[in-house]
Amino acid sequence: MFEDLIAQVRYRLVAAIKKPRFDVPLLCGLLALMAVGLVTLYSASDLDRGTVIAQTLRFVLGLFLMLLIARVEPLTLRNWTPWLYVGSVMLLVAVALLGEGRGAHRWLDLGVVRFQPSELLKLTMPMMVAWYLNGRPLPPGWITLAAVGLLIVIPVGLIAEQPDLGTALLIAASGAFGVFLSGLAWWRIGLLLGAAAAAVPVGWHFLHDYQKNRVLTLLDPEADPLGNGWHIIQSQIAVGSGGLWGKGWHHGTQSRLEFLPEHTTDFIFSVFAEEWGLAGVLLLLTLYAFIIARCLWIAANARDTYSRLLSGAISMALFVYVIVNGGMITGLLPVVGVPLPLVSYGGTSAVSLLAGFGVLMSIHAHKKLVIA
Amino acid sequence: MASILKPLKDTRHEASVFRGRALAGFLIIVACLIGIGVRFAYLQISRHDEFALRSDSNRIVTRPLAPGRGLIYDRNGVLLADNVAAFRLEVIPEQVKDMAKMLDRLRDVVPLTDDDVARFNALRRSKRSYQGIPLRLKLSEEEIARFAVNRWAFPGVDVVPYLTRAYPLGNEFAHVVGYVGRIDENDLTKLDKGVYAGTTHIGKTGIEKFYESRLHGEPGYEKIEVNADHRPIGEPLGHVDPKPGENIYLTIDAHLQEAAEAAFEGRAGAAIAIDPRNGEVLAMVSVPSFDPNAFVNGIASADYTALLDDPDKPLLDRALRGGYTPGSTMKPFMALGGLELGIRKPEDTVLSVGEFFIPGQSRGYRDDKRGGHGRVDLVQAIAQSVNTYFYSLAYDMGINRLSTFMAKLGFGKPTGIDLVGESAGVLPSEEWKRARFNQPFYPGETVIAGIGQGYWVVTPLQLAQAVATIAARGTPPSLHLLRAVQSGIDSKRELIDPPPAKPNIIKNPADWGWVQKGMVEVVNSGTGRGINNNFPYQIAGKTGTAERFSRTTEEWTSINDSPIERHRVLFEAFTPADDARIAIAVALEAGRSGAHDAAPIARKILDTWLPGDQEREAQRGGAPNVAAAAPADSH
Repeated sequence: MFEDLIAQVRYRLVAAIKKPRFDVPLLCGLLALMAVGLVTLYSASDLDRGTVIAQTLRFVLGLFLMLLIARVEPLTLRNWTPWLYVGSVMLLVAVALLGEGRGAHRWLDLGVVRFQPSELLKLTMPMMVAWYLNGRPLPPGWITLAAVGLLIVIPVGLIAEQPDLGTALLIAASGAFGVFLSGLAWWRIGLLLGAAAAAVPVGWHFLHDYQKNRVLTLLDPEADPLGNGWHIIQSQIAVGSGGLWGKGWHHGTQSRLEFLPEHTTDFIFSVFAEEWGLAGVLLLLTLYAFIIARCLWIAANARDTYSRLLSGAISMALFVYVIVNGGMITGLLPVVGVPLPLVSYGGTSAVSLLAGFGVLMSIHAHKKLVIA
Repeated sequence: MASILKPLKDTRHEASVFRGRALAGFLIIVACLIGIGVRFAYLQISRHDEFALRSDSNRIVTRPLAPGRGLIYDRNGVLLADNVAAFRLEVIPEQVKDMAKMLDRLRDVVPLTDDDVARFNALRRSKRSYQGIPLRLKLSEEEIARFAVNRWAFPGVDVVPYLTRAYPLGNEFAHVVGYVGRIDENDLTKLDKGVYAGTTHIGKTGIEKFYESRLHGEPGYEKIEVNADHRPIGEPLGHVDPKPGENIYLTIDAHLQEAAEAAFEGRAGAAIAIDPRNGEVLAMVSVPSFDPNAFVNGIASADYTALLDDPDKPLLDRALRGGYTPGSTMKPFMALGGLELGIRKPEDTVLSVGEFFIPGQSRGYRDDKRGGHGRVDLVQAIAQSVNTYFYSLAYDMGINRLSTFMAKLGFGKPTGIDLVGESAGVLPSEEWKRARFNQPFYPGETVIAGIGQGYWVVTPLQLAQAVATIAARGTPPSLHLLRAVQSGIDSKRELIDPPPAKPNIIKNPADWGWVQKGMVEVVNSGTGRGINNNFPYQIAGKTGTAERFSRTTEEWTSINDSPIERHRVLFEAFTPADDARIAIAVALEAGRSGAHDAAPIARKILDTWLPGDQEREAQRGGAPNVAAAAPADSH
């Protein structure tokens, strides 16, 4: 039994390397993005090779995982979906009960590695929504919608409680995109958005004080220049001083002189914007648009509803990262810890993103035989 | 899969719907990306000049200006906590090439403890590298001189003036006022970093901790132009003054506090004086005490260990946290309970023969006098502290009614005074014993609870609150220490409304009269005779003597026989008996009896309080109370 499993894993590992399944344009886009990330990181870390090597190793690990997942048939993935979802929700509960982390309970210590179970949900949430909608008549009615709502709210509530509002919103969005793509009537969407807007004042009361502060600071960052406003002000200075063509690679004074906090992680986009200017920013945004477009193309050509919804939701969730991170560093959105995909320094996020692309690669490899 | 009632899934249609949605989604995404791109263009093109200026080599740095901490005064304006000028050593980490080496060399010039370095390193993590971080506080003049000579060798290290806390009255107020200490790592996790950006100290105990948010104030900012090395150039450009913390006026009278502390003559114990009319705490001492000034700039660990190891526990605030067996001081409260609950009438008598027996049990519960006190009524029972009367009363009352009534007087829960860490004590009750020992309450335990023995644990503060409740004819005052605040040295003192008094607990006002009469008799003819001598007002009081060590022999011993001071002794009092303006509780950890050792302390506090009270009364227009205004008829 156990030996079988090892043999199985070994077979798949060998197959993943010998006969990799991937979509060439998507892989090119991802590699380009990672290259941008490493170059920016090298500058943002003040030419620290160790940081860049560590991040490269994570990328390699993530790419490997991507190829491995690409070997898994979408059908297998679909059969496993409910278990993966339940398992990741259980881990969230475990974190809520015995997790650790400074101020927020997000991490689970497994002895060797510590990881955030909320990262798992970034994949298992769209999987579960796709799985559920796959078995229901589409477009969904109110009952289906309520069931999906429950599937989304349980883990999202647990994550928001940690408290990690940024990740909670990302995961909620990935589930919501599944519903959107399944063809939910526009008038229902309008109604739901209206209800959500009406609930904002109620939700405000449930925010922690520091979260309220972040929102208030957004409205007037200069009111608290050394406290909450610091991030927003310094980030805007970095972006704005970059100008059209940027200050040039490793000439961004804002990050080099440590005015800009978190300049290798959540605020790396500011460093990029400072050093490469508006020109670089537009190129980078175009690169993201290309990747998302290619992902949606793969989704549109997927074999079944499950694969379509899953790959569509994953690609649209990617866009949320870019918008939220870009909005944060330009002072449009409050400071929430959302990384810039494949550019920000940090292992968990890079690996979980690449695992998501692995799912897309698998769906691409098992696309419709005849393109209608 | 799908039931017949459900519409069948039309996968081909779903695929085309999906394509429509994917396209719509992509258009939304592109629109949002364009939106973000426009925002970038706005910042990077339209506002480029503004941001370029701000990020330019001559940049403007905002530095925090720490607010002055509010001062603390007694009710008459005697200064209890002051801010004085001192010098500290600050390091700007950015300008130090090799921090470990620099600290090593610096140790030869200015002594640094491992504590100093650990604290410095903790602060470094939370501040930006061009901000000065304090390394050593309160430099001596010699240290300043030595550093000045060697300063060239330590770029990035500077001597900086600052304000530090000083407690002019030292030991006397160490427990009430408390002290501030350096902000440590633990504090950092809880603090608002914006508000505490320039602050080095924070209230650690006492009033300093409880009213931290009032005392701290709001920081100001100074905008300074700096060059690429963050060296300030020229004058500050912008300036927002810090808003100093509020000055606080306590209800405490420093003279009374001083007299109370002196009265203990160094013996361990606590005393509290309260104005029963409004709950103002006039004096609150715990002896022995310590010098709070030693804690402000970091106490040497040897000194700290010495304080911790001292068998007299000077760091323990006995008034707030000391737990004492109240003994006979509970008797007036028991008597009141007996009357209020209708278990005793004032004229009911009990025969004291030296021992009390629970019906059907052979174990005897003793009086303090061989042969007993004879037949006594309620007033005599309080005056002579007759155990048998209260054994029998407690037995008839039962533990449930006893604990319910005593809870009304505030026992078993913190008084809610504005200090941190108050003990709840122990109010013996069935639930408490069930929770603590998982045992029922036995009749013998009820009987001894009637004389304040057994499981009882009260804090001096609780005892003071209870006696003040009697003094105020049944209205429990809400104890508090904050009297007034002042938002600047030139502004007016604003009196803080005292917390509202709790509802009166006495149903029948005549009941109060009998208990008060008993307490008057205590000092006129009973166990506390002599305490009222040469005092113009009538005092009402009650002594208490609780055994510290259990009886080991069956021999009768008199309190006065014992050469060693083996008892915890207590005294509670209020005066004038009819219109009380002060209520006192004294607990002494070793003494012969409440009357012999604790009552004189209360009397010394009253003697100090008297002149001020007479003056206030004269001002109020009323004639000063005449001696023995209360009836002093002997029975």
